[in-house]
Order: sequence, then structure tokens, then C-alpha cells
Amino acid sequence: MKSSRKPPVFIHNLNVKVHKIFKKPLTGDYAFKLLAATFASIIFLILGLMIYELIKGSQLSLQRFGIEFLIGTKWDPAISQVFGVLPLILGTLVTSAIALLIGVPISLCIGLALSEYAPKRFGFAISFLVELLAAVPSVIYGLWGIFTLIPFLRNNVYAYLQGILGFIPLFSGPIYGGGVLTGGIILAIMIIPTVSAVSRDVFSAVPNTQREAMISLGATKWETAKNVISYARSGVIGAIILGLGRAVGETMAITMVIGNKFQLLPSSLFDAWYTMSAIIANEFTEATYGLYVSALIEVGLVLFFVALIINVLARLVVWRSLKLVRGIARE
Amino acid sequence: MFSPYKFEIESLNAWFGSKHVLKNINMKIKEKAVTAVIGPSGCGKTTFIRCLNRMHEIVPGAKVSGRVLFNGMDIYNEDVDPVQIRRKMGMVFQKPNPFPMMSIYDNAAAGLKLNGIRDKEKLDSVVERSLKLAILWDEVKDDLNKSGASLSGGQQQRLCIARALAVEPEVMLMDEPCSALDPIATAKIETLIRMLAEDYTVVIVTHNMQQAARVSDFTAFLYLGELIEFGSTKEIFENPRSELTEKYITGEFG
Amino acid sequence: MASYKMRKIKDRFMRILVWLALLMALIPLFSILGEVVLKGASSINLNFLTQPTPTVGEAGGGVANAMQGTLLAVGLASLIGVPIGLMSGIFLSEYSETKLSPAVRFFNDVLNGFPSIVIGIFGYTIIVLSIGFSVIAAAFALAIIMIPIVTRTTEEALKLVPATVREAAIALGVPRWKTIVSVVFSGAKKGIATGILLSLARIAGESAPVLVTMGYWRWWFAGLDKPVANLALNIYIFAISPFENWQALAWGSALVLVTLILGTSVIVRIFTREKY
Repeated sequence: MKSSRKPPVFIHNLNVKVHKIFKKPLTGDYAFKLLAATFASIIFLILGLMIYELIKGSQLSLQRFGIEFLIGTKWDPAISQVFGVLPLILGTLVTSAIALLIGVPISLCIGLALSEYAPKRFGFAISFLVELLAAVPSVIYGLWGIFTLIPFLRNNVYAYLQGILGFIPLFSGPIYGGGVLTGGIILAIMIIPTVSAVSRDVFSAVPNTQREAMISLGATKWETAKNVISYARSGVIGAIILGLGRAVGETMAITMVIGNKFQLLPSSLFDAWYTMSAIIANEFTEATYGLYVSALIEVGLVLFFVALIINVLARLVVWRSLKLVRGIARE
Repeated sequence: MFSPYKFEIESLNAWFGSKHVLKNINMKIKEKAVTAVIGPSGCGKTTFIRCLNRMHEIVPGAKVSGRVLFNGMDIYNEDVDPVQIRRKMGMVFQKPNPFPMMSIYDNAAAGLKLNGIRDKEKLDSVVERSLKLAILWDEVKDDLNKSGASLSGGQQQRLCIARALAVEPEVMLMDEPCSALDPIATAKIETLIRMLAEDYTVVIVTHNMQQAARVSDFTAFLYLGELIEFGSTKEIFENPRSELTEKYITGEFG
Repeated sequence: MASYKMRKIKDRFMRILVWLALLMALIPLFSILGEVVLKGASSINLNFLTQPTPTVGEAGGGVANAMQGTLLAVGLASLIGVPIGLMSGIFLSEYSETKLSPAVRFFNDVLNGFPSIVIGIFGYTIIVLSIGFSVIAAAFALAIIMIPIVTRTTEEALKLVPATVREAAIALGVPRWKTIVSVVFSGAKKGIATGILLSLARIAGESAPVLVTMGYWRWWFAGLDKPVANLALNIYIFAISPFENWQALAWGSALVLVTLILGTSVIVRIFTREKY
């Protein structure tokens, strides 16, 4: 034992052989890992194939109309066989925007209630109820929309709304019950679980030191909560984009309440309109010839890209924000 | 050729990514004796013990160089299967980690069962033998079907020792086995370690110097990834050669 | 500070607003549940549960064929979706050090947020165009909806198993794959079962993809290359029909579906809560 001498100085680039790890070919471990990786890679196959198939299915329509499809305002399968989807895109965007306008403030409040205001046990119960809201199938929202929400809004809300705001063109015109605003409202209800769950997560991820700092400065609960929101703002934006994604792709409920009327712009918020997803649901099984089906598939293709962009964006924002917030929390 | 050494470690280096955590360790570990590895936290002692049964490499980004001869054979040789190596060495971890979904019996038998042994009689006898060896048998023999998680911390740790002993290893590697236990449970485990040393080679990592002094025959002192001093425990504690060792065992730092 | 009072009032006001918002969000939930139970219960009887769909104008009839069809479509979908989801979840949790796993996780999340009608169209172009509207096509689309859910929940359940358990098994000389299959997996059984159940509940309620891959079918199962009836789709068809007895069937179907889906959620929640 000659440990009394100075320990050997280690030179980094000493010519040592670093052992190769997991080099063994085709042992059980390697085979299992390969198997798992193969299964996991199916996701790429699915997405890739989906793009390919949708483009292939839209071929007829793509060739026939080109860019006209996106900016065209006429959808006439019966006589001229011309298809343009601008009104559908507008319908989707406007109803989704209404959904966000109504749904986001409520969702943020719920997120705050769960992360800042509610006692743990109670919060747990509320979270569960909000999750149930997400578990209700779209078609049941539609059913409820037709038989409960529409009569309620027509008889108890829209008439008053028109009475007060009727001088604005947006709130004038005949009231059917179904229509743009009803569509937006039902979408708002449907995005609340998504947006509130994500915002609860990003709020909860804000480090407690932030709250303590505010409280020690003499801030009220609400001022503290405001600080939490601003701290987590990029996560909130992610949550909103996720909600937008859900609203844009939502099909059955909106189909059942929006009135399904193809027109460039509705005359008011109470008028009927159409969305991209609704026209697919409504006309797909009745499309009688190749070009018609192809046009509907192309609507699906447009929806695919819109959803892809929204989802990629949302995931990136939420991921980054959670990483950021948690990263700081760890310091 | 007979060698009194169970492990002969030659210029062992280990990295986590670009972090160099073990630097050129040379050491020989004697058979049927207790060797303690001490040092302040972050000195690489856990990494060191995990290099002995090739557990270090399961962490992504981990690298190793050098040789570790086990019974005269390099375990880092290209054609050595780490799984085979690990079967010859039992390992006990900082926190007791019984398999949560398994009963006490199944925990003790896990090593054999997972390696394909189904013979009920053989399992019964091995479970009994290893629980006895781990001085746990009397406490649990009537509750073998209870969950391993229902035991106290000290009992869980002895169950983990029994689980490791059941595969009939030649070596017991213990990574701070008492760090999560109270003094009474610790005393029991220490007694157990002394008993095990009659038949097994034991390597124990500990941050508790008194424990090293109590249970070990040899002590290695690691500091910042380097082996500062290695010798008989008596020598290290009574007459350290390095100033650093002396400072550490007298409690001046660490 | 003169404004302290104002700040206090504002604080009080916001507190009320936050709880009010919560209440507003829960009203639809209770309204839906109330309506479905009230209107649904009156249409549920023996005929409802044992008879197939009535033809237009015919009185009575039930949704037995739709229950059969939904079970069949969901069952077939899980044959495809469960293995893929499970293995992907294992991959993400146990081999997270690979370069592939962030990409897999990312695209799983992306697919999870995808409109189900687009996935339905995918099922149409890839299967309906070759073998026609069929339960196979619907099961395919539903399986794709399932995969990201099962993957996600499996990954999360496996990650809850502490790393020390894996290490203990590896130190016993158990190969990594066997450690995963027999030790880690069994430790996460409950969580994984939960995820699968939730995904089944979700696809049982899907109607948009079913509409474009099978369409409406009012008979019993007639072969895998033919459509089957479907509870969720029936609700849509019946709800927008002008016939009162069909609308009653829609509410009855809704009650069955809601019981099935929310029942699963509640059971799952009780189970997972036990653990903590």
C-alpha cells in the first residue's frame, strides 16, 4: 500500500480504451428494444401515411381547382360541380374564436381556482368533475345542444340580447336558436376541460417562492394570482392554442347546432353557418361522384394541416414553458 | 492459480457524460472480508461500487475504462455478459427497494423466479435459507404472503439482503445500506454484515466512518474520484498515511 | 396607502368571479347528466335493450344491435391499438435515452389532439376504398385514436415505478427486457389498465370517424367487411331525425353511452385514488 505518495495525476487524453456498452448483437435485450422501437415508430408511419393518403384522395379536386379551392366561395355539388371552401374556413375560424372568447376566461379562472384558491381535497373533486366534462362524447353535447341548449338560448337569452344590442347588425335578424353563436357556445363548453386542465398544470408548476415573494410584499391573493398568471403566460398561450385545436377539429356537436348553411358570411350571430368538419360529417356519406368525395377529402386535408400546425405549435409552447418554469424552480 | 483477491481493479476510470467521476483507481479486494469504501458525498464511492457489477453503465451517458478482474477474469472484457456477472454479485441499495407488487416470499424468490426456476421445493428451501441468513426468518415466517412493502424499513432492507443472497452470489455489494434506517435497524444490519463476511466477500459503501470502523477489515478512502488511501481498517483509522485521510476521519471536512 | 381598500375589494371580487366561473362550467355538466338520465330512463325498457333499430315510422324497437356493434368495433380497435400503445409506452418510459423517443413522444401528443374526423377520412381512403364501408375500417380509425392515449398513460404508469425497483432486478442478474416485462410492468399494472379503459371509453363515444368509415347501419352484425350499428352514431342519426320515437331512442342510447363512459371514468378514478 503506497498510498502515502501523491495520488496519480490523471491526464484526460490518456490513451485509454473506453468500454463499448450495449454492443452485444441480438441478445434478448437488444431484440426487445428493437421490438419496442419498431412499435413506437408506427406513429411516424401513421402520420406519414395519413398525409399521403389525404393528398392522394384529394387528387381529383386538387387538379381541378388548385388554389381556387381555398379561396372559392361556391359549393355546388348538384349542378355546376364547383367546390370552394373559403366560407367553411371562415365558419371554422369564427366559431372557434367565439369559443375562445367565452371559454378561455372561464378556463383560466378554473385553472386559478384549482391551483391557487381551492383546498387540495376539494380541488381534487373539482378536477374530477371538469375531467368528466371532457369525457362526455361530442355527439351527446350535440344532442343536448339540440334539445336543451337551443331552446334555452332562444327563449331566455337571445331575445334579451337582441333587445339590448339589437342596434348592432351582429345581433339583429331572425333568431332560430341554432347558429353561429350557439355553435361558439357549445364549442366553448367543450374546450373548457382542455384549457383549464393545462392552465392548472402550468400554474401549479410556478414555484412557490414566487407566491411567497408576492405575499411577503403585502400582495392580496388576487395580486399573487396575477403574478402567477404572468409567470406562466407562455404556458397559458399553449393552453389556449390547444383549446383552439380542439375547437377547430370538433365535429358532431357543431354539426348538430350550427344550422349547416353554406354562405360566405352569416347575416348575424344568430344566423346559420357551416364549418369544415361539419360539411364532412354532413355530406360525406351522400357524396355521389368522385370529384365530390375528393373535394370533401380535400376539406379533410385542409383540416389536417390546420390541426397539425395548431397542435405542433401548442405542444412546442407548452413543453417549452413547462421546461422553463420547472427549470427555474429547480435552480 | 489461487489468488486471495476477489477483485483486482486496474486503472479504473468512470464518466457520466463528460464528468470524470472515478480517476485511475487501482485496488485489490480480499476474499471473505469486508471492505468499506468511505469518503465525502460526491467522491464517487457509489459509482465505484456500481462499476464492480457493471451497474454503472445502465445510466445513459455513462462510460468506463480500465479493468476489473473478478476471480481473475476481466468483467469488462468484450465477450462478458453483464447479466451473468450480476448474478454472481448481490447488491443492496441505499433505500430498501422490495418489489412492491410481490409478497415477502416472492421477493426473496424473485432472483430465482426471474431466472426461470419454478421448482416449488427448491424455491421454498432457498427462501427459507436466505431469510434465515438475513436474520429475518423468525420475524416473517408466518407472514410470507404479505406484501414486502408492509414491513418496517429495517426489515425491508433485510428482505432486500435476503433477495440478493437467494441467487447464491459470491459477493455482496452494499451501497450505504443503512442510510435510510434508524440506529437499532442499523445495528442489526451491521451484525448481519459481520456474519456474512464468513462466507462472502462484502464491499460496503458508507458515509458513516464509525460504521466502517465497526464492520470492515479493509477501508478505502475516496476523494474527488481518486483513491487517496487503502489499507486495513485499523491502519487507516489509527495511523493514516495521508494527511487528507486523517483530516477526513477526524471530521475536519466531509 | 389609500388604495388598500380598493385592492381588498378587487381581491374579494376576483375571488367570487373565480368560483362563479367554475360554477358556470359545471352547469352544462349537470344539465347534460340530468337531461340524459331523465329523458333516457323513460325510453329504456326490455324492448330497447333487446330489439334492433326500428325502420322509419315503425314503433318500438331498440338499440341491441348498436350495443353489439359498438362492442365489436371497440373490441377490434383495441386488438390493434392496445399492443401498439403498450409497446410505445414501454419504449418511451424504459428507453427514454434513445434519440427516437422525444420525436415519438412529440408526435404522439400531436396525434392525440387531432380531429377525429380527419382520422376517419384516413380510414376511408386506406380501407373503405378497397373493401368498402365496414366495421374493419371503423376499427382501424378508432385504433388510431386509441394509440396516443394508451401510449401516454402507459408511459406515465411505468414512470411511477421507482428506478430503484428496476435497479434491484438488474442487480439480481435479470436481463433488462425481463426486468421490464415481469417486474416494472407488474408494478404498473393498475395504471396501465386504467389507461386502456379510458381509451376504450373514449372510442366508444366517437361518432365522426364511425360516420365516414361505416355510415349508418340498422341491422345486426353481418360480417367484418360490412358495417355494424353504432350507439354513438345512432344518437346523431336519431337526434336530427324528425321522428319522436327515434329521438327517444337517441336519449336512451345517450344514457347507455354516458353510463358506460362516465361509469368507467368514475371507477377508474376511485381505483387510482386508492393508490395514494
